[in-house]
Amino acid sequence: MLRYIIRRILLLIVTMFITSAIIFALTQLVPGDVARLILGREASPEALEQFRAEFGLNDPAPVQYANWLMKFVTGDWGRSFTGTQGPVRPLVTDRISNSLRLTLMTLVIAIPASVLLGIAAALRENTWVDSAISLLSLSVVGLPEFVTGLVLINGIALGARALGLPATSTVPDNTLADWIRQLILPAITATFVLIGYVSRLTRAGVLDELKKPYVRTAILKGLPRRQVIFKHVLRNALLPTITVIAISFGWLIGGLVVIENVYNYPGLGALMVEAVKQKNLFVLQAVVMVTIFFFALANLTADVLYAVLNPRIRLE
Amino acid sequence: MTDASLTPQSPPYLPRLKRYARALVGMLQQFRARPLTLLGAAIVALFLLLAIIGPHIAPYPYDAIIRGAARLPPSPQHPFGTDRLGRDVFSRVLWGAREIIAIPGLATGIAVFLGTCLGMFLGYIGGWVDEIISRVLDSLLSIPALLLALVMLGTIGPSPVGIVIVIVLLYIPIVTRVIRSATLNIRSSGYIEAARLRGEPVVYILFREILPGVLPALAVEGALRFSYAIFLTASLGFLGLGVQPPSPDWGRMVNEARESYARTPWALWFPAGAIAALVIGVNLLADGLRRIFRYEGQV
Amino acid sequence: MIQLPVIAANRLCIDYKLDKQWVNAINGVSLVINPFETHGLVGESGSGKSTLALALMRYMADNARIESGEVLFYGENLLLKSDSEMRRIWGRQMSLVPQDPLASLNPAYTIGEQIAEITRLHEGLSRPAARQRAVEMLERVRIADPEAVARKYPHQLSGGMQQRVNIAMALSTQPKLLVLDEPTTALDVTTEAVILDLFRSLIQENRGAALYVSHNLGVIAQMCDRVTVLYAGEVMACAPVDELYANPLHPYTISLLASIPRPLPGHETRLPTIPGVAPSLAERPRGCVFAPRCPVALQQCFDEKPPLEETGPGRLVKCHRWREIADGTLPVETPHEPPAAQWPALPGEAHVLNVEGLSKRYGSRTLFSRVAGDESRFVQAVDGVTMRVRARSTLGLVGESGSGKTTLARCIVGLETADEGRILLLDVMIPNMLRRRSRAFLRELQMVFQNPNDTLNPYQTVGQALERTIRRLKTEPLTPERIQARVIDLLAAVRLTPDYAGRYPAELSGGEKQRVAIARAFAANPALVVADEPTSALDVSVQAVILNLLKDLRAREGASYLVISHDLAAIAYLADWIAVMYLGQIVEEGSTEQVYSAPSHPYTEALLSAIPAPDPRIKQGNVRLEGEVPSAAHIPCGCRFHTRCPRKIGAICEQEEPPWREAGSGHRIRCHIPIEDLIVLQNSAP
Repeated sequence: MLRYIIRRILLLIVTMFITSAIIFALTQLVPGDVARLILGREASPEALEQFRAEFGLNDPAPVQYANWLMKFVTGDWGRSFTGTQGPVRPLVTDRISNSLRLTLMTLVIAIPASVLLGIAAALRENTWVDSAISLLSLSVVGLPEFVTGLVLINGIALGARALGLPATSTVPDNTLADWIRQLILPAITATFVLIGYVSRLTRAGVLDELKKPYVRTAILKGLPRRQVIFKHVLRNALLPTITVIAISFGWLIGGLVVIENVYNYPGLGALMVEAVKQKNLFVLQAVVMVTIFFFALANLTADVLYAVLNPRIRLE
Repeated sequence: MTDASLTPQSPPYLPRLKRYARALVGMLQQFRARPLTLLGAAIVALFLLLAIIGPHIAPYPYDAIIRGAARLPPSPQHPFGTDRLGRDVFSRVLWGAREIIAIPGLATGIAVFLGTCLGMFLGYIGGWVDEIISRVLDSLLSIPALLLALVMLGTIGPSPVGIVIVIVLLYIPIVTRVIRSATLNIRSSGYIEAARLRGEPVVYILFREILPGVLPALAVEGALRFSYAIFLTASLGFLGLGVQPPSPDWGRMVNEARESYARTPWALWFPAGAIAALVIGVNLLADGLRRIFRYEGQV
Repeated sequence: MIQLPVIAANRLCIDYKLDKQWVNAINGVSLVINPFETHGLVGESGSGKSTLALALMRYMADNARIESGEVLFYGENLLLKSDSEMRRIWGRQMSLVPQDPLASLNPAYTIGEQIAEITRLHEGLSRPAARQRAVEMLERVRIADPEAVARKYPHQLSGGMQQRVNIAMALSTQPKLLVLDEPTTALDVTTEAVILDLFRSLIQENRGAALYVSHNLGVIAQMCDRVTVLYAGEVMACAPVDELYANPLHPYTISLLASIPRPLPGHETRLPTIPGVAPSLAERPRGCVFAPRCPVALQQCFDEKPPLEETGPGRLVKCHRWREIADGTLPVETPHEPPAAQWPALPGEAHVLNVEGLSKRYGSRTLFSRVAGDESRFVQAVDGVTMRVRARSTLGLVGESGSGKTTLARCIVGLETADEGRILLLDVMIPNMLRRRSRAFLRELQMVFQNPNDTLNPYQTVGQALERTIRRLKTEPLTPERIQARVIDLLAAVRLTPDYAGRYPAELSGGEKQRVAIARAFAANPALVVADEPTSALDVSVQAVILNLLKDLRAREGASYLVISHDLAAIAYLADWIAVMYLGQIVEEGSTEQVYSAPSHPYTEALLSAIPAPDPRIKQGNVRLEGEVPSAAHIPCGCRFHTRCPRKIGAICEQEEPPWREAGSGHRIRCHIPIEDLIVLQNSAP
């Protein structure tokens, strides 16, 4: 068990190394001349040269990467080229908690909803309930977030306005009412990103378990159906769902980028799109690295949770 | 032995065409038995048709600003209305169909081709080559797709070719992983080992023995990737990082229409509806293929 | 007062849904199980025996439905009961011991909790009391440390232990009816023997009735009082076990019993076979279901379904001609193909294959596990094996799962690369790595695989598969016509008509696929064919055909075989020489006659003793192995068999590797016990 967790953590570190190298390569090596990219076409040769010297762009690529990674790990995330021209770190860290709040709100809605739908579909396999849920999840998967978001803002606008829900969300203060008021629409939009995928795989997981011989053993013990389902089937069927949710987290992050733009919510996603448009290299690197880190952390949490709940791994 | 029931004088090699025809008919029947799959196929076919003939039947050029016709609601003259600049939304949607299908289609095709080759190769040879490459690909997969797309577009700049490259790079790891695991299932089969024992070259084993077995996975995965690629292209367009103006990109049309939504809601709903219809159609088709092939791999 | 039967099925019909079409799986079956009786239900795959057994518990799969008939449990019709009424019967009055012991236990709960669940439910015991009862039950199924096992999870136990847990669970409420559905099929033969002993005594203690379902006529003969023979969803015969085996009246029973290979004698004779395959459920014959394969079928048999007639006390037969069979005027003889002409034996001691000191180990030595600091655990699958295959003979390699026999075979053909050792083919050393072997070597060394369902590429016709092999391995340029002629010739050699060349594997039965695989192995006149459990996935009646075919082809083509098997009876029919493997080493080798009679290595002795003979008069031997096969990652010191050996003589067995002892021409035993002592020990055994 402990070995399993240590292996997972080592794996996380290896993955972070590789991904950081990929991000570095994509942002600083692929574009060719970073100096010109940032300073623009009209920059003088002297300015370019000074910029290159300042950021060590004349060094060989591995050295550049090592320096960059070193600085990043020690907290020096570089300087923004736009706006305040200030350091990147506070700019990004301010946004982290905003995005985390939205993520939390989404998970609170999305996980119970999609898991329950998946279970309901599996237990009513091949009935109209199953078909309806499957059609719903297939359609929802097909709708880009900006479409569902706009439907929620505009289509249901009348109702939403009546409830006092804003079309653009701001960071909620620490009251539950404000959390719901500010975040309910974006969170529901983000829920649509997850619900199709998670409910479909939950359904498949429950159906898989229902076919296993131990379910027959439980029935032939004379256990009531409720106990067969809840104690025996779901205990096993929901384990893979943990992994599914962790994987779908990656989609959620992508979805949040769009959703934050739809609702003008000041999160990491909005900052990122801004940075891309302004070619604000260091901000972009920082946002991506932070996001990837949280994603990897979520996966690690899921792995550990899975191991704790699964005796086959726990007692390895 | 069933020898007695056979007719020894029948030709040893039955016409192969007949068998293929029978298999095809069987598959079409499967489609017919699934109305949702049929619906998906019909939607996809319709959009493909629009992509080909759309620009020829569009009443106006995509960037034509019609004088005195700004913000008109849908009418026989302008079935989808006009936007705030006075451009015919119907024509712009028709023109846009080509890009929203061609870019994801081309990208998916390239990614599926390369991913299949790589996946079969890795799955078949195994060993440390497989392990290193798979580890790198898994790391790539641990970066959320849209993030990676934004980073790449941020550096190479938004252009149709750029989007194609981004989608290809995004999807190669995914397709590779799916095909690799399908290959792993086949690799230990007796018929692969029999081929090895008669000294078949790797290329023969990959393309003649393994490829037919991964085709179901390939078909399902291709359809799914196509739908996500459309989704992604539209999302990039919406974020302003897709195909640049003035060419008509459905995602960007939605974004542009947001500001004047109160006065021209139709300029938003028609392109948004087109995206939704296309993606749902492809999804229904992919789901149907999955059921027809009884392919239970990862979704 | 007449005692009510525990279970009585009356004209039961069950339908199955296959591809949106309902087919008849059980057709008008009547069956009676009396108190204190162990009733055997025997049939081949697809006969519907498991469906029937579960239906007697009123348990139906989702895609099955009871069409008509009744199931009476102490006179009450179970089919009329609601689910909640059944829940008071299930687990309390009837229980199931399933086929797949691990999958039948919930992986998420401890053993103790799963057993306790039953008594808490049906006897209202408190949690600690139920827990205590669970431990007692584990003790009753002779688990050594029941307290510890109760705290374990299913995956931590071996297959034999898992099955003990299942039976402990089934017996904890002393049910009136115990249904055992192929309960030992997943186990190795030595474990099976131990579990069968346990079942026998527990069933007796339980004082209820039992229904024992199996495809294995040997197990049925050893376990049951009365037997029902099922074929294509119909009862063919029902009789007390002694009468059924000694004096079968139905042609199906007669042919089936005849087609089982038995360990010695019968080495030279051919196995009688049952032609054809069981009818598909969708196209059930109008008359007798067995008529198309019956050697004595009349026109009447094809037209008219025979009734199930009582032929004596407790004896039923469903055959138009049972009277003729009973009074001996109608001999039922299954078809015999004449054996092919034999190649003359080679003079002297020519060897096709010599293996010297071959070793293979697997390790979790992957790149990632090294980076992540995972400790490398090696599994020594094959450990310095030296053996040889004589020209135009068959060497049988036997051993239980985990003995390394399959790895050894795969190293020889090159599918795995041996780490150490030399392989000589026709006295020429060949590279261990497949890629380095020239086409000439590949041609001489071919293989038949275990699983008929993946041995042929589903997307290639039989003809394409054979053609490709011929083209790759041919010795001289061949015209397309010559290749086609060769394909037809090969198909004929495995008794298939030429039109099979155009078929896809999906259109073939399991036995037919295996025949094509054999044809493919012979495509280029190999010197040695390695066959890995070639018949273990097939039914008894089909197995006989394949065994005969292998024997014929060897004679016709002048090839040699290395046949791997866990089935000592089947291998005795095929092999001239036997090598017994245990934990990666050969422990005994010799001619078949030598190995199958004393003196034997204690392990061989246990293997032979464990075979359930398909004859109730021949009792199973009583040498049993305790414990489990140790993992190949932790091979015991000294003699690697000492942890389980019933004839261990002392510390020497734990400390020193045993020497090879010669026991006569070519017969060797690797044991510390001198040959003379072994003979005395084994001949004095009852």
